[in-house]
Amino acid sequence: MSKTRVVVTGLGASTPVGGDVASTWDALLAGKSGAKLLTADWVEELPVKIAAPAAVEPTEVIERVKARRLDRNAQFAVVAAREAWADSGLADVELDKTRLGVAIATGIGGLLTTLTNYDLLQKGPRRVSPLAIPMLMPNSAAANVGLELGALAGVQTPVSACASSNEAISLAADQIRLGRADIVVAGGAEGSITALPLAAFGQMMALSKRNDDPERASRPWDVDRDGFLLGEGAGVLILESYDHAVARGAKIYAEFAGSGITADGHDIVQPDPTGSGAERAMNLALREGDLATGDIVHINAHATSTPAGDVAEAVAIRKALGSAADHAVATAPKSMIGHLLGAAGAVESIATVLALHHRVVPPTINLDKLDDGVQLDIATEPRKLGDGDIAALNNSFGFGGHNVALAFKSV
Amino acid sequence: MASTEEIRSNLAEIVNEIAGIPVEDVQLEKSFTDDLDVDSLSMVEVVVAAEEKFSVKIPDDEVKNLKTVGDAVSFIERAQNG
Repeated sequence: MSKTRVVVTGLGASTPVGGDVASTWDALLAGKSGAKLLTADWVEELPVKIAAPAAVEPTEVIERVKARRLDRNAQFAVVAAREAWADSGLADVELDKTRLGVAIATGIGGLLTTLTNYDLLQKGPRRVSPLAIPMLMPNSAAANVGLELGALAGVQTPVSACASSNEAISLAADQIRLGRADIVVAGGAEGSITALPLAAFGQMMALSKRNDDPERASRPWDVDRDGFLLGEGAGVLILESYDHAVARGAKIYAEFAGSGITADGHDIVQPDPTGSGAERAMNLALREGDLATGDIVHINAHATSTPAGDVAEAVAIRKALGSAADHAVATAPKSMIGHLLGAAGAVESIATVLALHHRVVPPTINLDKLDDGVQLDIATEPRKLGDGDIAALNNSFGFGGHNVALAFKSV
Repeated sequence: MASTEEIRSNLAEIVNEIAGIPVEDVQLEKSFTDDLDVDSLSMVEVVVAAEEKFSVKIPDDEVKNLKTVGDAVSFIERAQNG
């Protein structure tokens, strides 16, 4: 059976280093950090006072009344989806909307709305917003993007913690490959930089406490890494069947080659130190994409800057690619943008697609001394990729033992 | 006591804040749903904001009777005087 080819025809993002894709990509290539010391009142008692807030407030971009009806994560999703849609050129195309779908993930959903309304509840039930439920529900970002675009082929929200948006992209590709849609708007959004998650992740010892030097806090694979940096924002990719894209003369960034979804079956939060689940995910993505290990010239790693996770992934990459790992340039964008949780996979898929498209890998910053347990070729400066057919992997792993590897290739 | 015009003007600001309707469009004869396009959830927000602004109680049973801006202004006037 011949597979339906799926390509990427539009990109949109709002990240800690840029309000759109172009500014984000420039910042990533320049090795710019989005980390900041937080100054809100609620920060005072927290052990972790740093995060990577969005570079551009979504409320500066979205119409006021629309914005007040959206949780912060949905605001980011709408900003990114509008950019991706405009970038794809689909706004000018006559579309059968029953063939247009949405798959936009989130890790935590409308947390700020939940917290705000819980505070209002203390003043009485009548103070709770009638919009609280449609704003806090985890599918709100996807639903609002679907409403705005008139998507009728199904609007979905996969949830697998920090693997969520890679799962959304995989799901979107499935919808197209199974013939259920021609176009799916795919990605993830997160907006949860506030006291509760910072305290809770802090209690897990998952966050960096480098409050005195925020821009150096996220340091994947470095010996002095001490946890991740919480980020926020959204990434959205327009996935389209190759035939549909070609028929309308679309610009094609890259091809979605395949995905691998596995579970560790090990622990609710700790990664399997053998990296076996992650290894299987990468191998499955290669197999599904008819790719050989030697085709992979670049890996956008999950690498969050946690002591255990970074090494387990490096081990897994070594096992999955074998000696081919010597020729695959690895990088960790979280060194600059922090960890966007349910938006991480989507934003980093955009970086992966652009690395293939522009044939250059953005650097990993703050890597002063490589951990002995890591045997990878890591870009610490922008690294050029070669000519010809090339492919790349993007890994995302989530609490719960979720592993989702995506393979993209040049067109 | 606030005049009818003061109440209308304050209510117009609430409707503008919540539903984005230009304040000058919020006139006494206008229907919230038919003319101003204020949906049912926004109407709940308008009612709660108006209760706070004008220090009145607007019972849920009463809300369905507030079809026009004028209905709401009259109710608020009566509630303030009562």
